[in-house]
Amino acid sequence: MKGTLFILRKLVEDRSALIGMIIIGALVLCAALAPWLATYPDDVWALHPSQRLQPPGGEHLFGTDRMGSDIYSRILFGARITIVIGVIAVGASLLIGVPIGLVAGYHHGWLSDLLMRGSDIFLAVPQIVLAIAIAQTLGPSLENVILALSLTYWPWFTRLVFAEVRSLRNEVFIEAAIALGASPWRIIVFHVLPNVASPIIVRTSIGMGFTILTAATLGFLGLGAPAPAPEWGRMISESREFLPDAWWYALAPGMAIFLVVMGFNLLGDGLRDVLDPKIRRAVHDER
Amino acid sequence: MSAELLAVRGLRVSFSTDAGPARVLDGVNLTVGRGEVVGLVGESGCGKTTLARAILGVLPVPAARVAGGEVVFKGENLLAKDARAMDETVRGHTITFIPQDPYGSFNPLFTVGSQIRDLMKWKSPGRPRRAGRSRGLPALLRRYPGARARADRERVVALLRRVHIAQPAAALSKLPHEFSGGQRQRLMIAMAMLPEPDLIIADEPTTALDVTIQAQILGLLRGLVKERGISVLFTTHDLGTAYEICDRITVMYAGQEMESAPAESFFNAPAHPYTIRLLESLPRPGQPFTGIGGEIPALVDPPGGCRFHPRCELASDACRNLRPERRTLSPGHTVRCHHPRLPA
Amino acid sequence: MSQTRELLLEVRGLRRFFPIRNAFGVRVKWLRALEDVSFQVHHGDILGVVGESGCGKSTLGKTLMGIHRPMAGEVRLRGRDISLLAPGARREVARELQYVYQDPGASLDPRWKIRRSLHEPLVVHTDLGQAERDEQVRAILAAVGLPPGHLDLYPHELSGGQQRRVGLARILTLQPSLVILDEPTSGLDVSVQATVLNLFLELRETFDLTYLFISHDLGVVQAMCNRIMVMYLGRIVETGSTQQVFGQPRHPYTRSLLAAIPRIGEAKVTEGFALEGEPPDAGNLPGGCRFRTRCPLAEARCTEVEPDLDDREDGHRVACHFA
Repeated sequence: MKGTLFILRKLVEDRSALIGMIIIGALVLCAALAPWLATYPDDVWALHPSQRLQPPGGEHLFGTDRMGSDIYSRILFGARITIVIGVIAVGASLLIGVPIGLVAGYHHGWLSDLLMRGSDIFLAVPQIVLAIAIAQTLGPSLENVILALSLTYWPWFTRLVFAEVRSLRNEVFIEAAIALGASPWRIIVFHVLPNVASPIIVRTSIGMGFTILTAATLGFLGLGAPAPAPEWGRMISESREFLPDAWWYALAPGMAIFLVVMGFNLLGDGLRDVLDPKIRRAVHDER
Repeated sequence: MSAELLAVRGLRVSFSTDAGPARVLDGVNLTVGRGEVVGLVGESGCGKTTLARAILGVLPVPAARVAGGEVVFKGENLLAKDARAMDETVRGHTITFIPQDPYGSFNPLFTVGSQIRDLMKWKSPGRPRRAGRSRGLPALLRRYPGARARADRERVVALLRRVHIAQPAAALSKLPHEFSGGQRQRLMIAMAMLPEPDLIIADEPTTALDVTIQAQILGLLRGLVKERGISVLFTTHDLGTAYEICDRITVMYAGQEMESAPAESFFNAPAHPYTIRLLESLPRPGQPFTGIGGEIPALVDPPGGCRFHPRCELASDACRNLRPERRTLSPGHTVRCHHPRLPA
Repeated sequence: MSQTRELLLEVRGLRRFFPIRNAFGVRVKWLRALEDVSFQVHHGDILGVVGESGCGKSTLGKTLMGIHRPMAGEVRLRGRDISLLAPGARREVARELQYVYQDPGASLDPRWKIRRSLHEPLVVHTDLGQAERDEQVRAILAAVGLPPGHLDLYPHELSGGQQRRVGLARILTLQPSLVILDEPTSGLDVSVQATVLNLFLELRETFDLTYLFISHDLGVVQAMCNRIMVMYLGRIVETGSTQQVFGQPRHPYTRSLLAAIPRIGEAKVTEGFALEGEPPDAGNLPGGCRFRTRCPLAEARCTEVEPDLDDREDGHRVACHFA
């Protein structure tokens, strides 16, 4: 508990992490309170052809789109989709990638080689290409986007955990635990996992940003949730035919994506600084 | 007694830490005579390495700050000398260094010969020594005059033979990893000798070596410096090693010198309680192990008075409040203690 | 003398080589770290294993512990061969045979509180409940001289000396009978060394321990151990009681080793030390006796025949043709 508070305080002191946390906090608030914050909550589904392509103003904060829906309201509801995609896809990647990395890193031999070569195959194909292929094959839908992203992001966790575990294996306290007679599972769960948690947390934060960006790309390519879902990437895609006149149409979702991705990256960098035991130890040892 | 070559007087160095400035050296005194091998003995954290660095002028600035005192070498205060002059005329010229770790001290990518050649290009005694760098080409691009290079090479080969490197000419074209730890330390000794220095600072040079190799290296080093009249400041935590090689020994504790004496009286008639207890700590067969209770004090907020008083059974009020003055017991034997054991 | 005491550990013909591979992973030669090592440890012994770096003394400790698998030979603990046990059965043995690292403090997980580190061995090896475990842990913490308040600290909140004590406590919770101490004093200041050595002696009394004391520091070994084993390049060259080995060393290597220790007040080593050269590369040993390249006594016979440990009534055994 004391440790968690300490880390939170350090995060607040770190400027980039603070900005990141504010942005992500705002995103979560927008998603949670969308029905109340939105000026036209019904506009996610409703069409008002008479009001189409109105510039930003008092009536419509970010203007309206080609169907006459309020862009501000749609962005707020889009935050929900973004969070769902990010959390489920990264969560699934964690669940697949981390155990594989732990097992492959802890053991030496053919099993380890097999697991790592398997993840190498996924890494050999650019993530976006693989995701497009999967989403295309299964058809455009929110579930398929999440599936495609999960299936393509886990090897990054595997790689990371594998490398961390391999260097941790040489630590005396791991060898001591083996000498003490603890079983491999016990060592992996109670000794190894807590000691590789920091880089996993950092990677999770950065991975959220990365996954949201990829999801937006898939949406832009028409592989995401079908219309009229207020998916940010799809909104940018729709705006293309009305550019440059209806500039606000692309600006609002573009900014939303930009801010959220930056927020997660800033938080990730901040977490890296705060959690990195080497940096913390260096501050301690300096004399 | 031999003339004074190096005199450190009242040197204070503090390191900034999270908890405040740590007084790593707090008024240290040390002298090294010409041709003398002086042992700087102390346990970890006593400041012996910092003292060696301060003399060489390689303290890790800005973490470390010299807060007072002087380092007089051949009549000149090195602390007042500017960095370039130190580099051009002192460090690697008149004062050289033998590190503890013969493994990390060579660049693994270049042959030993090219690294020695590089050293000789800048530091060989044949090179005209001028304070201030010449204008024109950047230092790295300047050439190494051929005639001098050939003369230097002969000296290098002769010296390698002297430190018992087999086939010295062939050894020059080998990479550092092709040598064993002992051989690498021989090479380091040769490199420290090449510029014909007045003083060599050896920082625990045999700690990483096995005893049989240590005995060889200590014998070699002592023979070489004695035949050439070079002074050595030899830091070590091992009293046995100091016994082997030193003419005089200075003991440090928590950033201050406690006792300084010729080796003879240091081992036969130690006066400071810390020295006495340290000598008694060495394991002797058939006798119980005796150590020194307590732990080395924190340097951020060190004990007042005598630094050793919290661990000393002779401690009195004076020890708690007053730093002992330096007392001379016999010529060359000084001690900082309110209750020294006086020779019978 | 030792025959009356129980034979705790018997090692016979132990061998462990390490492959030296080239850049393509093909084995080019063997590094012979342990070869034909045989010895016995009786209950209550402190057996000192000495030698210079690369002599195989650390490999010996780790092979006994099962961290390295032996390639030949047997390790009998109370008569049972444990050298090739399956990992599961091996873990059971860990209760009896424990290993203390050079810095026992480093064997503590930095993210675990001391309490958890000390409970862990009991959780792994016993079915004791929380309260019973806690009682044992407190008793052992007191035995190594630490207050119970330290249970709630993290390792980095303790001083180096205290970490060492916790590391020892952790091993003792299982009440092992044989403890391997691997370079337990290296890196310690002399003033602290005595405290640690005294702690070992006290714990030995309290917990009825037998030690295998691996060290390169001959002064400490002489003062601490009752039996000595001198190793050179993977082989035992001399073994006997401390008085025998230090008093009348028979092997030329042992004699050089003893002559190399600086002893205050005695003749200086640097003025008369004779042993020339350095140990050969362990991956490329000379034929015959391994010491012959540095031995002052070496003759033609030493090149051809590798001497075995001789057999003597008094237990002072040497592997040399001229002993």
